[in-house]
Amino acid sequence: MADLHRADVLVSCRHGRTPELVTALRDEIERRGLAEEIRVVETGCSGFCSVGPVITVRPEGHFYASVQPADVPELVEETLVKGRFVQRLAYKEAAGRKAITRYEDLPFYAKQMRIVLRNCGMIDPRSIDEYIAVGGYEALGKVLTSMTPDEVIAEIKKSGLRGRGGAGFHAGRKWEATRRAKGDIKYVIANGDEGDPGAFMDRALMEGDPHAIIEGMIIASYAVGSHQGYIYVRDEYPLAVENLTLAIQAAREYGLLGEDILGSGHSFDIRIVRGAGAFVCGESSALMQSLEGKVGEPRAKHVHATDRGLFDRPSCLNNVETLANVPQIILNGADWFASIGTERSKGTKAFCLVGKVRNPGLIEVPMGMTLKQIVNDIGGGPPKFRKVKAVQTGGPSGGCIPASMLDIPVDYESLTEAGSMMGSGGMIVLDDRTCMVDISRYFLEFLKEESCGKCAPCREGIKRMLEILVAMTNGTAKAGDLERLETLAKTVQTASLCGLGKSAPNPVLSTIRYFREEYEQHIKDGYCASGACRELTAYVIVDEKCKGCGLCIKVCPQEGISGEQKQPHYIDQAVCIKCGACYDVCRLDAIKIVPKAAVSLGGNGGNGHGTPAATPAKDKPGAAKGKA
Amino acid sequence: MPKLKSLDELRELRSRLKHEIKARTETATTITVGMGTCGIAAGAREVMQAFLDELSARQIDAHVVTTGCIGMCSKEPLVDIQQGNEPRITYGNVSPAMVPRIIEEHLIGGKVVQEWAVGRLVKEA
Repeated sequence: MADLHRADVLVSCRHGRTPELVTALRDEIERRGLAEEIRVVETGCSGFCSVGPVITVRPEGHFYASVQPADVPELVEETLVKGRFVQRLAYKEAAGRKAITRYEDLPFYAKQMRIVLRNCGMIDPRSIDEYIAVGGYEALGKVLTSMTPDEVIAEIKKSGLRGRGGAGFHAGRKWEATRRAKGDIKYVIANGDEGDPGAFMDRALMEGDPHAIIEGMIIASYAVGSHQGYIYVRDEYPLAVENLTLAIQAAREYGLLGEDILGSGHSFDIRIVRGAGAFVCGESSALMQSLEGKVGEPRAKHVHATDRGLFDRPSCLNNVETLANVPQIILNGADWFASIGTERSKGTKAFCLVGKVRNPGLIEVPMGMTLKQIVNDIGGGPPKFRKVKAVQTGGPSGGCIPASMLDIPVDYESLTEAGSMMGSGGMIVLDDRTCMVDISRYFLEFLKEESCGKCAPCREGIKRMLEILVAMTNGTAKAGDLERLETLAKTVQTASLCGLGKSAPNPVLSTIRYFREEYEQHIKDGYCASGACRELTAYVIVDEKCKGCGLCIKVCPQEGISGEQKQPHYIDQAVCIKCGACYDVCRLDAIKIVPKAAVSLGGNGGNGHGTPAATPAKDKPGAAKGKA
Repeated sequence: MPKLKSLDELRELRSRLKHEIKARTETATTITVGMGTCGIAAGAREVMQAFLDELSARQIDAHVVTTGCIGMCSKEPLVDIQQGNEPRITYGNVSPAMVPRIIEEHLIGGKVVQEWAVGRLVKEA
């Protein structure tokens, strides 16, 4: 047993330049002869990704943001030797630039409630000892020694735990169905095939606290009567695979996996299966096909996987986040868990808050918190002076919720009602520089690539929908395209075989529902108000507002802006690449986005300066009609 | 590592391991060692090590933290002990040999070692 350490330096996480930072810290601590009293611990993701790598010094709770290897000597000298805080490395709040020195005082964490992610950023995920030290495997011990499988299922049912992978099926009911299914051989499967663009909570969990997933799986195996489990992880997550492998090995060495676990007579083992990264393999039936070594294609679900799943045997498939909740429910009781959240959605949910917010990162909040609270209080709101336009949840299968509806609580029902879904937990904040048509196009392009091609509505339908969206974004859309798009979307939604196809039109339908006029502008006026569709866009300078400060001249990568100081500037349309850098930098709102058709390339040196009637209003669509 | 054969064995292991992550858990007691240049010159590092060893051997729940010079350099090494809401007691001229008695009488017994104490700080309400 190691000696008592007076301080633990927690470094998160193992991405980017963190390994060099850890080496530098260890070397410096060694050099100063502190190695016996101070330990450097590499933890999983602490969630505050925007200011990583972060260092937390315990027990003091000093929090350092964006630490570089060059900062190490000063940090060790001041904090670890003399016990003083290094102000220079403090996290500064985006608004007000107030320095926050202690982990416990960070607003980013203050509004969160970490149950699943409680160990991420706190313990070394590669050490089973640390997991046991914080109470790990205690729940397993309780289940194996003092509860019957039926009692475990009853407890999970009572807690109201629902699937965290997206659909929100009750975990307890799934366990019960698997237990009741006929057959001697049953399987427990953990779904770690996370594929939504911008989502990484499952990865963070598998990397940062693999034992919680394993413990949840062993408890599930005892409840449903299974002796073999699988964790399905995509191979693009090498660190998750590595940490899970180490965790399984350690659990076997400790006798927590294998024969006769903790002397209870229950036996269970886990294998890791690496997927090739197909999005559709996150769908349960496709995942099981892939586990069997076949092509990952979904099948019709006339028979539930709980009756005939993997190798046609009863299989209980849960998301890794669902499973990581289980030990905490067993330890603290179903009533405790059910007291968190809303009436029908219990507990917490991990989200990846990304896009146009000041503090993007991995967060966990109680169900029922409003989107506004998440975006503004935890995320710090959008950067600069931008406004939130919409929040995209649920990944490619989800939808966009407009800014006017950000007061809705985050739970399964409310999000579905709003035309989106909980999904696995991606949350992308979009600002007024984002085009909703373009966002639809982006997600559909992703889905077109990921459609397995088994059923025609999904395979052909998504392709045709994408063609229409591409036409809208490049100005070749025809009248009636919007209606065609809607019909197609509804067909794909109704007739597709699996969840991927059924939910594929969601991004399109939800954006049409809330931003229909944007689609119409694209078709009728050839105008993209956000400027994101470059082929429709031109930037012009409004003479009356331009004070000739020269900021835009400096940022233009094409050197396409000219003008005398204190005189209105000009944009040369012939060289403009529509990057929008001038628009973003202008503080006087003097740069305007207009339809490309509204500016002429010829005459007057080819600049768009002074073009009249540059803004297309709905009542005069004729300005751009020729283009469409 | 031999396999764990029962819940009791797991709990036994846990109670040993809990000690290793002490710095990351809440404790009611904080021992602050003055680690300015004056403190280090007077042997604060050895004193701190003695505290760590003694706490480790007796498995006592306490944090050991460092601080800079607080001005009373002639009395270094200075060690403060704060237990819960009790007044904060400062010991002066602490040597490693004094550590076991401070722990025995003050930390465990709750009785301040009067002859070594040089200060007493009551938190203002």
